[in-house]
Order: sequence, then C-alpha cells, then structure tokens
Amino acid sequence: MRTPVVLSLVGIAFLGLPVLAPAYYVTLMLPFMAYGVVLLGLNLLFGYTGLVSFGHALFIGIGAYTGAVLTTHLGVRHMELILPAAALAAAVVAAPVGALCVRYVKIYFGMLTLAFGMVFYTFLLKFYKLTGGDEGMRMLRPYLLGSEWPGFSKTAYLIGPYYYFSLAVLVLATLLMWRIVRSPFGLCLKTIRDNPLKAESLGVSVPRYRWYAFMISAVYAGAGGALLATPTGNVDPTLAYWTHSGNIVFMVLLGGFSSFFGPLLGAFAFIFLQDTVMSVFPYWRLIFGAVLAFIVIFAPGGLMGLFARGRRPVEVSRA
Amino acid sequence: MILEARDIRKLYGAYVALDGVSLSIREGEFVSIIGPNGAGKSTLINVLTGVLQPSGGSVRFKGKDIGGIGTVALTRLGMARSFQLVQIFPELTVLETLQAAVVSRLGRGARLFASLAGDSQVQADALEVASLFGLADKAHALARELPQGDKKLLDVASAFALRPEIILLDEPTSGVSTADKHAIMEILVGAAKRIGLRAIIQVEHDMDIVFGYSDRIIALHQGKLLADATPAEIEADARVVDMVVGRRRH
Repeated sequence: MRTPVVLSLVGIAFLGLPVLAPAYYVTLMLPFMAYGVVLLGLNLLFGYTGLVSFGHALFIGIGAYTGAVLTTHLGVRHMELILPAAALAAAVVAAPVGALCVRYVKIYFGMLTLAFGMVFYTFLLKFYKLTGGDEGMRMLRPYLLGSEWPGFSKTAYLIGPYYYFSLAVLVLATLLMWRIVRSPFGLCLKTIRDNPLKAESLGVSVPRYRWYAFMISAVYAGAGGALLATPTGNVDPTLAYWTHSGNIVFMVLLGGFSSFFGPLLGAFAFIFLQDTVMSVFPYWRLIFGAVLAFIVIFAPGGLMGLFARGRRPVEVSRA
Repeated sequence: MILEARDIRKLYGAYVALDGVSLSIREGEFVSIIGPNGAGKSTLINVLTGVLQPSGGSVRFKGKDIGGIGTVALTRLGMARSFQLVQIFPELTVLETLQAAVVSRLGRGARLFASLAGDSQVQADALEVASLFGLADKAHALARELPQGDKKLLDVASAFALRPEIILLDEPTSGVSTADKHAIMEILVGAAKRIGLRAIIQVEHDMDIVFGYSDRIIALHQGKLLADATPAEIEADARVVDMVVGRRRH
C-alpha cells in the first residue's frame, strides 16, 4: 500500500506545482520530465536487460532534431505528431545500430554504442547545411491539443500547457513501461540480465530480445528528446555528445537502476542538484564526480537503494 | 528412436574430442553417459544439444538433423538440458524462474503489454512444476538465497517446465551432498513420469546414481565409445570397470 500512497502524493504535488511553486522551479521540471521518459527506456536496457549504453544521447539527439526539422522546415507543429515521429525516427536508426550492438556485451556493447553516438554527433556538427552545425536548429513552439496557445507568453506556455502535456506524456510512458517490465517480455529480459546462458537453454533468444529492448529504449529516448527540445527552443550537437550519454547513465545510477522508479528519482535529483550546485560553484562537474564515486562505492543501489535500506537489505551485484 | 547420433567426430584443432561415437536413445529410456575426465562427455552433450556442430557424422532428433542448430531452436523442438554447474537467475524468484520456462514453452515471450501475473496458465503450470520438485513453499524466495541442493533442483525444474520430450542432464547431482543425491534423483524421475518425458540422458560421475537409475549406460574413453550396454552387462565387463567405472561400494 505504501507505493500507491507515495505515488498519489507525488501525483498531487506534480499537478499542483505550477500553481504553488515559483515559475523557475516549474521550468526545471520540464527537463526532468523529458529525461524521465528517456530514462524509463534506458533502464529497460540497463536495469532489466543488463546492457549499459554509453551512446544513448544519439537517440535523444535524433528525437530533438526530428522535432526541430518538423517544426522549422516541414511546418508540422502538432506535438501529438512530433512525438511519434521522433520515436519512429529513433526506431529507424536503432534497428540497424541495435542489431549490431547487441551482438556484443559489457564494455564492447558500451563502446559500440558510444562510437555510434559520436558518429552522429560528428554528422550533426559537420553537415552544416543540413543540421546547422554547432549552432544547431530552432525548435518552434509546438501546438498542443491543436492549439498554439497564442495568449500565452513563452514562460506561461512552458509552465502551463507544456508542463501538463509533458506530465501526461511522462505518466503515459511510465504506465506503458510498468506494463512492459511486468509482462512475459519483461520477464524474458530479466532472465537475460541474470544469466544469458540459462536463458538460451530455456528457449529465450538472447540477441533478439536484447534487440527488442534496444529498440524500445531508443523509442523512449527519441520521444524524450523531442520533449526536451521545446523548453530551450533550440537543438544542437551537444545533445548527442558522449558527455550527455554519460549524464543519463549517471542519472540512472544516482536514482538506482534496480528500482523501477529509481531512474525517475535520479533524473529529478540530477536536475535540481545540478541547478543548486551550479548556482554556488562553477565547477559543478567536480561535485558530481565525487557524488558518482560515492554512489558507486557506498550506495550501489542509488537513492532508491538508500531509501529501501531501512526496510530490507539491498544487494546490487549485477552489471 | 528419438535421438540418434551416427559416427560423431569433433575436432578442436588437432585434438580429437570425439572419434566416431554412435548412439541411439529410444522411447522411455534413462541413459547415463559415463567416462573419466577428458573422455568427451561434455563435448558429446554439447553436440547432442545442438550447441556444437560436429566435425563429422550426424545427430538426428525426431528424424531431423540438429547438428549445430542452437539451443533455442532445439528447445522448441522438444529437447531441454541442465548444466553441470548450477545455472539460475539469481535475482528472480523460484516462481519467476519457472514462469520464464513456461512463457518460453507457450511462445508468449514477445507479449509486451500482457500481464504476467494475470496469465493463469503460466501461473498454474509454473506452480505445478514447483510442486513436483518440492519447491512450492519456496516459490517466492530469490533463487540466489536458496540452499545449493534447491538451486540444483530449480535448475533442473526449469528445464522440466519446458515440458520437453527428452532432457539431457549434465551431472544433475554434482555439488549436492550425498544425502541429497538420491532425493533429487527420486524427485527427478517422479517428475519425468508425471510430465510424460520420453527419455532422459544424464552425464554422471556418481556410479551409485548411474547404476541405480539407468536403463542403459554409455561409456566413453578418450573420445571413443567404449561400451553401450545395460548396467548388469557393464558391471560384468572387467575392461569397462577398470577403465571407467572403478570399484563400486555395494
């Protein structure tokens, strides 16, 4: 009963936040919700399948650039169309990339995903006429529910309709992922994570299921990327840079990859911690490096692991 | 004839792991493969289970050539195996482990949005196998927290949950205390009858287990077939006793 109560309270807080909290903090919730969608997918690969991708920013970049191209060049402004298009574009790229990457595991998988991410980053950077190079492209304000919300200033739009739209997408993405990890498919992924040899002996086609998980995680990253692009109004190659991939892996570790909600908590903590640290100390990566080291050494279960420690022992031995 | 291997050769470079081994497994048989270390038992199991492509000869299961077709395809054809070293899913419960096997057998693994908990057939079948193997009271225990004997049982039980026609057990009682060995074998044989298994092949070092449960014994020595006979015939063959079986306690 504890989880439903906590979720209900969190839900109420999220719904009331635009009314109760200062606009600045509400705008910080927008990247949290976008990353939340990304991380739900990433953790299907990481926490449930046992594959650590260091190149997932590739799919965030694809999603964000899809949104930018659609709004600026193709005149498609409806977010209800942009999100599935971004997810589809990510899936199209993920199909061959994933088919190749899932043939490898551990560090080789991680390095391959990193390599593909950097290939895309370089493409974004160097094909100036197509991508805008290091300046990137504009992401025009998308229509929500068929409306441009003309009476709303940019901030009002972001902390009003766009906030609730993002929240709805995050909730939908969470419900879908909740279903996936508790499905027969999700169980097969867990068998692969725990023991691929044994999984094969039970008839689970390891490469195929890893590929499915890779595709789903890319779809989530694509949709999250499109969601992420709107608040900044601009997309640029750093979205696909390897440090961005590192950040999202950090978020998962921070929250705890063994828990379904861990990555969401990680995204939340990362965004607000980054904002707080940056406001008082310019070398925020120094602090974050120390935090990462602390988590890996002392709290491998992440923040969720720390919370759960009072209730039962947490052992994180995999990956 | 369920499983038939003809003139199997397996080379690793210049090393001959299997040299012209032929065998056949018939309906209802419990066959043990014995031999000293390096005799080629594990290689033979890996060839019979489609993991390794033989360098020569053929393996046919239900009339189909299965040389090197791979574990997943062979599982779907109706052959299951367990491993010498216990293979479990440490973070899954006993029930989840068995559910995974049932999901695979029913071909429901690709169901993305179906509820596992709501699949009554998967739940019932997994619980049935748990009961057969005496694991029902530990259904919600994590596999990694089980005692060694129960881990071994779970490993074998998950192979049984596939409801195969034939099962290959690589040392099903290895790593288990002597006191538990016969209990495990009794459970295993009882479960085999219950699910209608057509044949069991085991690789085993414990000669009490081999002679106590086998209909037929296949002895390997240095990659070659030394004998293929009933336990009584094997026991009467001084050459096999000297080279493979050794002196047994009665």
